[in-house]
Amino acid sequence: MNSIISYYTTRFGELWDKSLGDLANEAFEGVLQNAALQKENIDAIFVGNMLAGVVEDRLLLSAFLAQLFDTNVPIYRVEGACASGGLAFQMANHYLRSNKNSTVLVLGVEKMTDVSGPEITKALATAASFDEQVAGLTFPGVYALIAQYYLNKYGYTESNLAAISVKNHIHATYNKEAHFRRSVTIDNVLESSYIAYPLKVLDSSPISDGAAALILTNRSDLIKKSKSAHILASETATDTISLSKREAIDTLKATVISGKKAFSYAGISQKEINLMEVHDCFTIAEILALEDLGFWEKGQGGHMAKDMVTHRDSGNNLIVNTSGGLKAAGHPVGGTGVKQIGEVYLQLTQQAGARQVKQHNFGLAHNVGGSGGVAVVTILGV
Amino acid sequence: MAGIVDYGFYIPTNRITVKEIALRWGKSSDNVEESLKISEKAVADHDEDMVTMAYQAGEMALNKFDPLEKSSVGAVFVGSETFPYAVKPHSTIIASFLGVEKNYLAFDTQFACKAATGAMLAGNALVKGDDIKYALIIASDKANARPGDALEYSAGSGANAFVLGKKNVLAHILDWVSFSSDTPDFWRRSKANFPSHAGRFTGTPSYFHHIISASQGLLKKVNLKPSDFKFAVFHMPNGSFPLKVAKILGFELHQITPSYVVSHLGNSYSASALMGLVAVLDKSKPGDKIFFASYGSGAGSDAIVFEVTEEILKKEKKFEKMMNEKRYINYSEYERCMGLA
Repeated sequence: MNSIISYYTTRFGELWDKSLGDLANEAFEGVLQNAALQKENIDAIFVGNMLAGVVEDRLLLSAFLAQLFDTNVPIYRVEGACASGGLAFQMANHYLRSNKNSTVLVLGVEKMTDVSGPEITKALATAASFDEQVAGLTFPGVYALIAQYYLNKYGYTESNLAAISVKNHIHATYNKEAHFRRSVTIDNVLESSYIAYPLKVLDSSPISDGAAALILTNRSDLIKKSKSAHILASETATDTISLSKREAIDTLKATVISGKKAFSYAGISQKEINLMEVHDCFTIAEILALEDLGFWEKGQGGHMAKDMVTHRDSGNNLIVNTSGGLKAAGHPVGGTGVKQIGEVYLQLTQQAGARQVKQHNFGLAHNVGGSGGVAVVTILGV
Repeated sequence: MAGIVDYGFYIPTNRITVKEIALRWGKSSDNVEESLKISEKAVADHDEDMVTMAYQAGEMALNKFDPLEKSSVGAVFVGSETFPYAVKPHSTIIASFLGVEKNYLAFDTQFACKAATGAMLAGNALVKGDDIKYALIIASDKANARPGDALEYSAGSGANAFVLGKKNVLAHILDWVSFSSDTPDFWRRSKANFPSHAGRFTGTPSYFHHIISASQGLLKKVNLKPSDFKFAVFHMPNGSFPLKVAKILGFELHQITPSYVVSHLGNSYSASALMGLVAVLDKSKPGDKIFFASYGSGAGSDAIVFEVTEEILKKEKKFEKMMNEKRYINYSEYERCMGLA
């Protein structure tokens, strides 16, 4: 069975002294070192990256990384907007299904802080509907419309959303690689400036630099000698890029489909999942993720969020975003999906250090690109 | 030993509050004030610019000089980042209006907010080497910011002037260290009306890295500890940075408070740190040591140690009084003052 045997992440944050290459190299060397492997043991590399071609005029990452890593193995660059990392992992998993006795490396990397705020916002908006962009809808604007619809439909307020931010910031205080290692209060969130009503600064994930890497293998000898987690499923689905073309505004269909496929492939149910990393690019997104993945009834998420039922100290059997999520651990877009799976791997293999939650057998990672245009759901087990 | 023989300053009377600016843009003034630690800023009027303010400051600095002594001013250096002319020296305009005779070295200097402190060190070297008797160093800015930009809350107006010489020195320049690197944190391209900045990048790798490097280098060079100084003065782009850098370097709040004028005057760019120096010179006593560090984006920091002499007792102290002479303007008047209307 395909398994993860190693993980490494750089710090996430405004890493002004590190380039895309520096970040990629740190993650590449770190994950090999953690696995006690040499680069010669790697048969292929899958790279999740969204923006290098837009903000750095840098495409053909495969050759750039081949030079950097001094290797000639196949390198596949995968782009799925904010789901680039998850999608790279999903493709690596498929590669292993087709290639016996193979070991591959999945790298997610993004350098975002070398350009101005307006430039990176414009670059991120390349993953939104062109028609909706020209009408003035920004990326935060898309999620703001979803949030406004959700709050109005189910009678919630902005404080229901704020609770997600508070919980994830607390979780990030245990994560030494997180972009923000400080807690915030509901009032802090509610008093922060609006980005796009009803979403505020503290409802939003930050612009981060960072890289994360995983080593996947189907070689039984490597699995046996490593702290490993089995890849029970890694499934993806797509949906319209335009919000206006969706069947429902408060449902991400790509999440629903990829979630159902993943649970079906893994042969387990939601009740068996105790640990998740979900895509909380904005606070509303975590609520939708829990509902669309079938953990909460549609419309119940606002209550659940406010009660912080997925908090590490809740005593409940489902803890969400132990890393701090995108909101507080940071969101280097290509790196995020790999970090999410890496976090679940660390938790399942009891390597999460200060943020370790109790022993669980199954965990899930959920990565979204383009406000729901693509989703990847991965289920791991030990 | 060379040093400051006299000094002058100019603070426009117009003030606009952070609350008024925040109101214009629909922002919470409490959040802005808490974050920037600035409540109001000085604004030059519509008929004032860096030249008129530089003249006012220079005139105060030279007011004890008779025409003959003015002829001994061998250098006039003017630092700013809001020069009205792209090509044409402002130092000559200002020197001419101040009555400085023609046998002087003149140039304008540009290095963002430390445009004048480098000039001060150059002038000091000329005086020390007896090439000239006096050097007049002026910093002046009618600091502007793009309307709606976070910089608009802090960018203020002001000027100061320092006569350097060897005779009747009121504050000796004991030593200095400069630290520079190519760090693009804040800039204004040719023909651009407003400066651009790189947000939080202006902090840790820029302001803090350069000031800390220059300051630690100077403390080591002169073999002094922060506790050896009566006052500390740091560039004040906002209210929080100077407090934080002082703490990092080991200075106490009471050492920096007398120079901490940014909360009521804003950041007058090249005149900002030197306005803090003027504020503490007005409060200093013979024997006091002053630790000073400017910062200029792009980037560099000049750290200087001053020691006050008995001559300070003869100086008329006007800073506090003039700082409190003010009238409040609304945003519409502000637009007119800054040529935005």
